[in-house]
Amino acid sequence: MYDGGKVVFGLALFVALCTSPLWLSVARGGGGAEAPPLQMPAPAAGKCVRDGEWMRNSHMELLNSWRDEVVREGKRSEQLADGRVIEKSLTKTCLGCHTDKTQFCDRCHDYVGVKPFCFDCHVETAGG
Amino acid sequence: MESGRREFLKTAAGAAALGLGAGAASFVGAEALARSRAGQAAAGGGKRYALAVDTKKCAEREGCRACIDACHVTHNVPRIENREEEIKWVWKEEAEWVFQDRVHEYSGAELRRRPVLVLCNHCDNPPCVRVCPTQATFKSADGPVMMDPHRCIGCRYCVVGCPYGARSFNWKDPRPYIEHVDPAYPPRARGVVEKCTMCSERLAHGLLPACVEACAREGAGALLFGDMNDPESEIRKRVESSLSLRRKEHLGTRPQVYYTL
Repeated sequence: MYDGGKVVFGLALFVALCTSPLWLSVARGGGGAEAPPLQMPAPAAGKCVRDGEWMRNSHMELLNSWRDEVVREGKRSEQLADGRVIEKSLTKTCLGCHTDKTQFCDRCHDYVGVKPFCFDCHVETAGG
Repeated sequence: MESGRREFLKTAAGAAALGLGAGAASFVGAEALARSRAGQAAAGGGKRYALAVDTKKCAEREGCRACIDACHVTHNVPRIENREEEIKWVWKEEAEWVFQDRVHEYSGAELRRRPVLVLCNHCDNPPCVRVCPTQATFKSADGPVMMDPHRCIGCRYCVVGCPYGARSFNWKDPRPYIEHVDPAYPPRARGVVEKCTMCSERLAHGLLPACVEACAREGAGALLFGDMNDPESEIRKRVESSLSLRRKEHLGTRPQVYYTL
């Protein structure tokens, strides 16, 4: 191989550059970016419509099924396991407790880098 | 070797034919299903909501916009002055335009110039629903032709398909053109079509459509809302006992907005 040293050096540099975010993260102590602090609703607001852990992972599925049930089937309310009857509404029910979208929804969405388009239309009560 | 190839080709051809057949069958099946669903909605044992407009009573109040304002405020309809981009759910047109096929050379000026309230006709056979490629617009079981903005891809087939011009397209973000956003009803976004939904969200809570309520509040009483499937309902009786018009009857869309002149 001609210029073997240069080629190997170049390749190594390339790989190092490509994986630099990983190394930098490790050098900074690992663990990745810190999870954002979420503003939780006051305890007076009561319990969420689902278990918190489940909501963290699957709230988007719940919202999607609410959307279809309300818009296409006209089923606007739901009885929870604990007997409460709630309106399947993002603005009225979800944001009724999680009053500040920027301190709750946005913080986590920004952290994981997703851009849901719910709020292209639906109104965030706090912002008016 | 030769026969092996022959066998292979035969099998392949057979499989292809089978596949085509299955594809065609499922297509026919889907169409039949869609038709039977539409039939159910039209015939259905349930409700068939409709609106009756008394154009005379309506025209008595010149310049009245009570119903239009009530609708547009309730549903966060933006006010865009540019006619090419305006959004409207309910508005007024001259009778001469609304009933093009009913006026003739002797129709009087008062009748021709009479402002008539127009809106989505919530047809029993809605062309907009037929042309929508994503089923974003659909016929609900109790009559209203509904829009699901989540599914709307902004192709505007429905805008072209509607013979009544009852659909508006959001050419730009409507938010800046809404004076006061009511959080209870989501405004729309750029790129989707919108229209009157017969206030299905209010009906679900046992309220009358906003326009009907506003008209009654004004004391005009020009709008009557009810269930055409109920022989005892006021609207059914009025439509049975008077000569009423539906717009562009000849198209076979079976509108559910009835006009008395």
